[in-house]
Amino acid sequence: MTTLPATTDKKLGLVIDLDTCVGCHACVVSCKGWNTENYGAPLSDQDAYGSDPTGTFLNRVHSYEVQPETGPAQLIHFPKSCLHCEDAPCVTVCPTGASYKRQEDGIVLVNEDACIGCGLCAWACPYGAREMDAAAGVMKKCTLCVDRIYNENLPEVDRVPSCVRTCPAGARHFGDLGDENSDVSKLVAARGGMDLMPEQGTKPVNKYLPPRPKDVEPEMDVLAPYLQPVAKDQKGFLGWLDKALEAI
Amino acid sequence: MHPAGSVIIFTVASGIGFGLLAFLGLGLPAVQGWAAFWYFAVGFALAVGGLVSSTFHLGNPQRALKAFTQWRTSWLSREGWFSVTALICLGIYALFAVFFGRNLVVFGVLGAVFSLLTVFATSMLYTQLKTVPRWNTWTTPVMFILLSIAGGALLAGHVWFALILMIAAGVMQVITWVLGDKRFSQAGSNIGSATGLGERGDVRAFEPPHTGNNYLLKEMVHEVGRKHAMKLRVIALVLMAVVPVLILLVSQSVFAIAAAAILHLIGVLAQRWLFFAEAEHVVGLYYGKR
Repeated sequence: MTTLPATTDKKLGLVIDLDTCVGCHACVVSCKGWNTENYGAPLSDQDAYGSDPTGTFLNRVHSYEVQPETGPAQLIHFPKSCLHCEDAPCVTVCPTGASYKRQEDGIVLVNEDACIGCGLCAWACPYGAREMDAAAGVMKKCTLCVDRIYNENLPEVDRVPSCVRTCPAGARHFGDLGDENSDVSKLVAARGGMDLMPEQGTKPVNKYLPPRPKDVEPEMDVLAPYLQPVAKDQKGFLGWLDKALEAI
Repeated sequence: MHPAGSVIIFTVASGIGFGLLAFLGLGLPAVQGWAAFWYFAVGFALAVGGLVSSTFHLGNPQRALKAFTQWRTSWLSREGWFSVTALICLGIYALFAVFFGRNLVVFGVLGAVFSLLTVFATSMLYTQLKTVPRWNTWTTPVMFILLSIAGGALLAGHVWFALILMIAAGVMQVITWVLGDKRFSQAGSNIGSATGLGERGDVRAFEPPHTGNNYLLKEMVHEVGRKHAMKLRVIALVLMAVVPVLILLVSQSVFAIAAAAILHLIGVLAQRWLFFAEAEHVVGLYYGKR
């Protein structure tokens, strides 16, 4: 049913640390791997070894350059996948009921057997979290690895989304963002976790931790300020050249 | 947004088709026998042809019947119900008009109401999307309804009504463009809010996630066709409103009406192409594109 649940028992989601992410794309590869081999239609590629390769991905890593008013520019790697919004516009537009948000944990899923591939949900998503698979003709999206997190056949350490398990930098965290005592909620509170495009009114569950402010290099030598300043005027040939060029 | 041919043909053909069917259902003209047959044949061909064309862009059209289930929330589902109700009501009305020479007013009026509701539901598919600010405003349903009944009036032979509606559509189109050009910035999404990094400084897309193309860019970031947008706007406006109006003011013969209708149709096709090609989806912000 494409009516959104009024509340969900849990709000499972990801917390992504933009300070820590090194932009290695390991999460992208592990996501593609897990979700091709397991739940639902595989994430297909088209012309994979040709001149114009494309394919379906549920997670992609962008990189942005931020230029502050003063100081050097900063490069920020930015993984983006479904944010499992509380007010998910992709769910209500679905004509068939294939798109739904689970009442028990808040995960937004697609029932691929009911999806007609109209693409309206992808249009409704501001984040580009949904991609139509060109081979299967059904909409693919992050499942929060619903086939891992409850899977008792896996060792407990693996019962987290594939991207979280893989991240070598520890930049991805998984947990219940509806429980204010959970580790992820404490992390969000401590680091000022933020929503993407809050003006769209989607109330995303996933949060992003902003990069920490850059350190300023401390004065290493207490005597340094008292040292003689290095002569700024050039002497000798370079000094003559400087003056000569100045005079022209 | 990517201007998909099947969706452009669907919205234009079904819009005009349901416009014509609405007039026929209201008994304007209250045709019977062969005349009714031809009028309804054109109306049904356009409306049903458009609806069939819309299924061509589906990934799995064999499951299309499931689209009738979610009318509580989904405009696409409502569109399905409205269109089927309209076609059934008008099918019964047409049957009696063609074979028994009787105009069943109840079925006709119901059919007309649901025909217009279908066009409204089509427009709401686009209007509801906050992600496309140019569409997410009152001008979208007004334009769809105006063009639907203008084309319907033209095909039903109501010359003066068609004249007034085409002038109204032309004026409304200019208003739509003027307001629409400001919508994206008014909606307030930019690369800073998209990444949440805007307060830290100027954000620039440094490196995309992949070197190739993807579904999102193909479907929602359509920058190619926009360089001719201004010329196409003039072409659309001239063909869908100015020239047909002038033709009908000069002559109101059958040939003049036919010529006006064909030019109007081409103009509306250009207008609808622009409707998609000029619409900017906020997801483009993540790619530093619009």
